Amino acid sequence: MEVLRDLLRYDRRFLIGFIITVLVLLVFPLSLLSPYEPTARRVVPTNLPPSWEYPLGTNALGQDIAWNLIFAVRNTLIIGLLSALLSRMIATFNGLISGYIGGVTDRVLSTITDSLIVLPRLPILVFLSFVMRGQLSIWGIALILAFLDWAWPSKRYRSQVLSLREREFTETALFSGMSTFSVVTREHLPFLVPYIMADVISGFIWAMGMEITLSVLGLTSLSIPTIGTMIYWANYYQAILRGIWWWIGPPVVVAIATVIAFYLLSVSLSEFLDPRTRLQRIKVRPEMG
Amino acid sequence: MHLLKRYIIPRLIQWLVVIFVGVTVAFIVPRLSPLDPVQNTLNRMAVYGLMYPEAVESLRATLEELYGLKGTVFEQYIAFWKRLLTGDFGPSLSVFPTPVIQLILQALPWTIGLLVTSTITAWILGIVIGTLAGVYSESRFSKVLETLVMCISPIPYYIMALTLVLLFAYLIPIFPLAGGAAIGLRPSFSWTFISSVLKHGFLPAFSLVIISMGWYFLSQKALTSTLVASDFVTYARIAAVPRRTILYRYLIRNSLLPQATDLALGLGSVFGGALITEVVFSYPGIGQVLNTAIFQGDFNLMMGIIILSVVGIATGALIIDLLYPLLDPRVRYH
Repeated sequence: MEVLRDLLRYDRRFLIGFIITVLVLLVFPLSLLSPYEPTARRVVPTNLPPSWEYPLGTNALGQDIAWNLIFAVRNTLIIGLLSALLSRMIATFNGLISGYIGGVTDRVLSTITDSLIVLPRLPILVFLSFVMRGQLSIWGIALILAFLDWAWPSKRYRSQVLSLREREFTETALFSGMSTFSVVTREHLPFLVPYIMADVISGFIWAMGMEITLSVLGLTSLSIPTIGTMIYWANYYQAILRGIWWWIGPPVVVAIATVIAFYLLSVSLSEFLDPRTRLQRIKVRPEMG
Repeated sequence: MHLLKRYIIPRLIQWLVVIFVGVTVAFIVPRLSPLDPVQNTLNRMAVYGLMYPEAVESLRATLEELYGLKGTVFEQYIAFWKRLLTGDFGPSLSVFPTPVIQLILQALPWTIGLLVTSTITAWILGIVIGTLAGVYSESRFSKVLETLVMCISPIPYYIMALTLVLLFAYLIPIFPLAGGAAIGLRPSFSWTFISSVLKHGFLPAFSLVIISMGWYFLSQKALTSTLVASDFVTYARIAAVPRRTILYRYLIRNSLLPQATDLALGLGSVFGGALITEVVFSYPGIGQVLNTAIFQGDFNLMMGIIILSVVGIATGALIIDLLYPLLDPRVRYH
C-alpha cells in the first residue's frame, strides 16, 4: 500500500496510468447495468450522431454505441487479462523448473522454449483462427493467445532463477532440509513476482493488439462485441467513408488510451523495481557530459 | 572443434526442430479443421452448374490427390514432406492451377523491398537516437523524445496504420490510398516507375518504421544507460579516452550484440510479410496474398506462406547465432 502511495505521489506516469486504468475498469460494473443484451441488434434507430439520449450515437446495426463500447472494452479486457495471466503462469512454471533443476531437463525445456520464440506468431495465429473461423469464443482466443505468448517471458524468468540459484540463501535453504518444490516456490518465486507483474502488463498489450488484428481480419466470432469487432463492423459498413466518425472513433481512442495507460504503469513499475535505475533516479550516476 | 561441438551443432539441431515443428503444425491444423477443403471446392464448382454424380466422384478423387489427402495420415505426412523438399507447395485453390510457389514469388519482391528497407531504417535510427538519448539521459530533448516514443510504441499496429491512412491519404491526401505503384505502370527501370513505387511505399514504410523504431529506441536507451554506468566506461573516462571514442567504439559496439539478434529476427520475418500493413495500405506483397488466401479459404496458399515464414525466421535466427562468435569474442572463449 505504501508503495502504491509513493508511486502515485512521485511518478506522474504512474498517476496518469492509474487514473485511466481505473476509468477503464469501470466498464465491468457498468456492463451489468446495460439495458440491452451485448449481441442485440436493431434496438435503436440507426446512424444517429451523438446526442443526450445516445451519448456516443448509434451505428448502422441499430446498436447504442456507448453500451456497445462498454461491452466491447469489457470483453477485450477479459481476453487480454486472461491470456496474459495464463501465459505468465506457464512461463513462471517452466522458467522456475528449467532454471532451478538445470541439466537435461533444462536443455529439453529450453530447446522447446527457444523454438517457440522463433516461430512466427501472427501467421500461425491467423491460420489457427481461420481453421476455427467463427467458433472462437473470447475464452478460446484467450487460450490460443496464451499458448503463443509464454516463451519469451519464460526465458527471462529462467535467467533470473539462474542467478538466484547461485545466491547463498539457496544453499542455506537446501541445507536446512527444504524440498526442491518449496525452495522454488517459497524462496525464489517472491523475487520474481515484481518482474512477473510488470510483464503481465506487456502480455496484456500484446494480446489486445492481436485480438484487434484477428477481429479486423474477420477471424473471430464477429457477433461478440470487442474493440476489434467494433472496428470490423465499422469498416464493414464503410463508417469512415460515410463520415460516421462516432462509430470508428470511440474504439480507436479507447484502445489507444488503455494501451498507453497500461504501458505507463508497466514502465513505472519496472523502473521502480530495478535497482540500477533506482540509483539513476537518486543521481549517483557518473555524468557523461 | 570445441566450438563446433558445443555451439554450432546445438544451433543447427534447434534450427531443424523449429522447422520440423512449424511444418508439422501446418500439416496437422487443417486436418483438425471442421472445414473440408475438398467439399468446399466441390461446392464452389457446383455453383457453376449441375454435375453428374460420377463426375463429382472422379473430381473428388482428383482433388484429394492434388491436396495430398490420399492414404493414411502417416502416408500423407511423408508425402507432404517429400513435396516440400522439392519446393512444391501444390496448386493454389483460389487461382486454381497456378502453383502456390509462383504466387508467392510474384509477391515476394514487393514485400522484401518494403520490409527490408523499413526494418533497416528503423534499426539504424533506433540505435543512433537511442544511444544518444541513453548517454545524455538528463537532457530535456531526450526526455521529450522518450515520452513521445512511450506513447506511440505500445499502440496496436493496426490502429496506428489506420490513423496514418486517415490522416495522410484521406483527410490530407498527399499519399495514394492503395497499391504498390500507379495502375497500368509496367515494372521497369524508368524514373516514372521508381518514383511511383517510392510514393506508394512511403506511408506503409513510415508506419512500420515508427512502430519498430520505438522498440529499438527503448531497448538501446536502456542498454546504453546501463553501459554508461559500468566500470569500464568510468576507467576509460579516467584514462582520458576521448568521449567520441567511448561513444562509438565502446558503447555502440557493446550494445550492438543484442540488437543484432533483433535485426536478424526482424529480417527473417520478412517472408511472412507484413499482413496488416499490406492489408491496410493494399500493398501487393505476401501479406496481401495471405489475406486473399484467408478470405478465399485457400489452404495450400496459406500453408505455403506459413511454412516459408517459419523457415525464413528460423534461418535468420540461425545465421545470427552462427555469426555471433565473430561479433562477440566472449562466446568464442566460453
